[in-house]
Amino acid sequence: MGRVEFLNANAAIAEAALIAGCGFYAGYPITPSSEIPERLSRIMPEKGVPFIMLEDEIASINACVGAAASGVKAMTASSGPGISLKQEAFGEACIMEVPIVVVNAMRGGPSTGLPTRPSQADIMQAKWGTHGDHPVIALAPCNAQEVVFETIRAFNLAEKFRQPVYLLIDGLLTHLHAKVYLPDPEEVEIIDRDQPTVEPEEYYPFDYNYEIPPLAKWWTEDGKSYRFHISSLNHDKTGFPTVVPKYVQWQEKRLQNKILNHIDEIEKFEYYKMDDADVCIVAYGSTAESARVAVDEAREEGLKVGMFRPITIWPLAEKQLKELGDRVKSIIVAELNLGQYLLEVERVIAGKIPIYSVLQAAGVPIRPNQILEKVKNPEKDVEICLSDEEVKSFGGGE
Amino acid sequence: MAVNYANYLRMEKMPLYWCPGCGDGIVLRAYIEAIDELGWDKNDCAMVSGIGCAARVTGYVDFHTLHTLHGRAIPTAVGVKMSHPDKHVFVFGGDGDIVHIGGNHFLHACRRNVDITVVLINNWIYGMTGGQHSCTTPSSAKASTAPRGSYEPTIDVCQTAIGAGASFVARGFAGDPIHLKKYIKEGLAHHGFSLIDVFSPCPVNFGRRNKLGDPVKLMEFMKNTLVSQAKAKRMSEEELEGKFVTGILHVDDKKPELTDSYKELVNKSQDSSDYWAKYVKGTLTDKDKYSITREELKGLYPYDVETPLKEWKKI
Repeated sequence: MGRVEFLNANAAIAEAALIAGCGFYAGYPITPSSEIPERLSRIMPEKGVPFIMLEDEIASINACVGAAASGVKAMTASSGPGISLKQEAFGEACIMEVPIVVVNAMRGGPSTGLPTRPSQADIMQAKWGTHGDHPVIALAPCNAQEVVFETIRAFNLAEKFRQPVYLLIDGLLTHLHAKVYLPDPEEVEIIDRDQPTVEPEEYYPFDYNYEIPPLAKWWTEDGKSYRFHISSLNHDKTGFPTVVPKYVQWQEKRLQNKILNHIDEIEKFEYYKMDDADVCIVAYGSTAESARVAVDEAREEGLKVGMFRPITIWPLAEKQLKELGDRVKSIIVAELNLGQYLLEVERVIAGKIPIYSVLQAAGVPIRPNQILEKVKNPEKDVEICLSDEEVKSFGGGE
Repeated sequence: MAVNYANYLRMEKMPLYWCPGCGDGIVLRAYIEAIDELGWDKNDCAMVSGIGCAARVTGYVDFHTLHTLHGRAIPTAVGVKMSHPDKHVFVFGGDGDIVHIGGNHFLHACRRNVDITVVLINNWIYGMTGGQHSCTTPSSAKASTAPRGSYEPTIDVCQTAIGAGASFVARGFAGDPIHLKKYIKEGLAHHGFSLIDVFSPCPVNFGRRNKLGDPVKLMEFMKNTLVSQAKAKRMSEEELEGKFVTGILHVDDKKPELTDSYKELVNKSQDSSDYWAKYVKGTLTDKDKYSITREELKGLYPYDVETPLKEWKKI
C-alpha cells in the first residue's frame, strides 16, 4: 500500500526521505535542488519532525551533523557551489562516523557553473572533495522512481555503515516530472543504526572490538542517557583526540575497511541486454536513460550492444568492470563531464580492450543518437547534437 | 552548600590543558556552579564546541558533548536543539571561533532566538594557533600577525548580539567570578538565545606579546577596559570610548523562542488532512492508500535490480 503521484525527482526525494525515517532537514536554497526543501517545508511539520532553512550551506550540513550525532536521521541537499561549501563538514561526518545523507543535484562548473542545466561533473568531487583519507558512498539513480528507492537505500547505508552518503542527481531528473510510486514506510526495509548492548558507563563510541561500533542515541526511548564525547580530530575509542600513531592508523584503516569489507552489500548495478553483447556502454544517472534507448536502437539494427549501469558510483564496482574486460570487445563510457568515471574504467580495464567515450560538458543531455553514432564509428569524435531551432532557443552568447 | 565539581567533570581528563594564568578555568568553574545552582541533571545537558582553546571545554564537562569544526559550533547546536527541544543545549567557544569565522551563524542564532546558551570566552586573540589577531583584538595591539600592532577596528560582541535580536545578552569578566556566575546562571535559565561574553586573559599569547606583564597585571589591564552598567550610566560618551560595559545588558522575555514557534507550526500542520498528518495521527483510510500491482510497478521501474520493497525484493 502506498501512493502514486506525479512528481519531479526533488519532490520524490523529499517524500522518500520521510518514508526512510528522516528526522531532521536543514538546507539552503539552490537551483536545481530547491524543490526538496520546498516540499519538505510542507510535509515535515505534518510528520512533526524538524525542518529548518539556515543561513548558509555550511550551517545546514553542520546542523545535520549535530542532529545525526544526537540520534536522528538527517539530510541536506544542494548543488555545485553549495556542495563545495559543505565539503569540510562532510569530512567531519566521515571522521565522526555520523550518518547523514547529502543530495547533490549536479550542475557542472567550476564555480557558479550552469545552475539550471544537467551535469555529472561531481563524480570525483564526491570521492575526493573533502580532505584526508576517507571512504565514501555515492549513489546515482536514473529516474524518479529509482530516486525514491535509492533515497531510502541512502539512508539505510548511512545508518548501517555510520557513514555520510551522497545521492547524486542532476537538473534533468530534478525538473522532469514522472509518475512515481511512494510506498508506505511499513512497506519498505528500513535500517536504523545499531544501538549498544552495554550500559552507558561501559560504552565507547569507537569501541575497538567492532568493525562498525554502534552509535548510541544520546537519549534512548527507554529513558537511558548515553553521555560521551566525539571529537572532529582523529580520536581513540573514547572519542577524545589522540596523536598516538597506533590509534590514528587504526582509525584511518578501519574507516576504509568498514566500506571495503562490505563492497558486495553496497554495490548495486544493472546489466541491460548484456547477455550476448560485444560492445558495452557504461553510463549512470540520467545519461543511462539515453544509453538505454541507444542500446534498443542498436539492437534493432542488429548490433550487439548492451549497457552496464552502476547505481552505486562509490565505492567503485571494480569487480564488475574487470569482468566486462573479459566479456566484451570494447567499452563506451558516456557521461556528462570531460571524463571522470572514464578514468576509473580505464584504470580497471588497464588496456585490455579499447575504451571509447562520449563526453559532454555542454549543459545539455547526451542524446541516444550520439551514443549510437559512437557505437558505429568509435574512432570519430561525437559532436553536440542540437537542431538550429534548439540552438536559437538558448539565445545569447556568441 | 559546597559544589561537587567532580560530578560535572570528566576527572580522568585532568589536569586542564590551558596555560598557567589563562582565564578559561575560572569561567568553567563559574559555569559549573551556575548549573549546580539550577539543579540541572547532567543527563539532560548537551554541549557543542568548535575549535580553539575555549572549545576544549567539551572534553572536560561530563555531558553529551561534540567537539566540531572551527566556527560551526552554533549551527551544530541548532541541529541538536531542534531535534531535542526539551534538553539543555550549550555552546562554549572563543572569540575567533564564535564571532570571527562563525560570525554569520552567530548573528542568525541571535535573530532566530533559539534556546541555546553561548558562553563566549573573549581573550582578544587566537590563542591556540599562536596569537594571531582576531576581530576582538584591540586596535594597535600586537599579535603574531600584527607585529607592529593591529590596524583593524575591534567589535563589541554584545552590541552586535543585541542588534541581531538576541534575547539575553550579558558581559562578564574572568576576574569577577561572582558576578560571572550570576550572569551565566541567568543566561542558562533564560528561555531563548543567550550570550555571555566573558573577557578572559591570555597571558601567553596576548599579554606577553604586548608586554603587559604577568597574568595578574594582564587581568588588571583587562579590568581597566571594563565599566559596570551602573557606572556607565553616569559617564559621557567620550569617557565610554574604548570601554566595554559589564552586566546583564539586554533581556527580552517576549520574543518567541524558535523551537516553540516550530511546535506551533507542527500543531497547525497536523490539523491538515494531508498524507503525513494523517499518517502520524493514524487516520489514513483505504481511500488514501494505493495498492500497486507488480505490472504497474514494472512500468515505473523496469530494471532487473533489487527494490527496498519488502514484498517484491526483485522486480
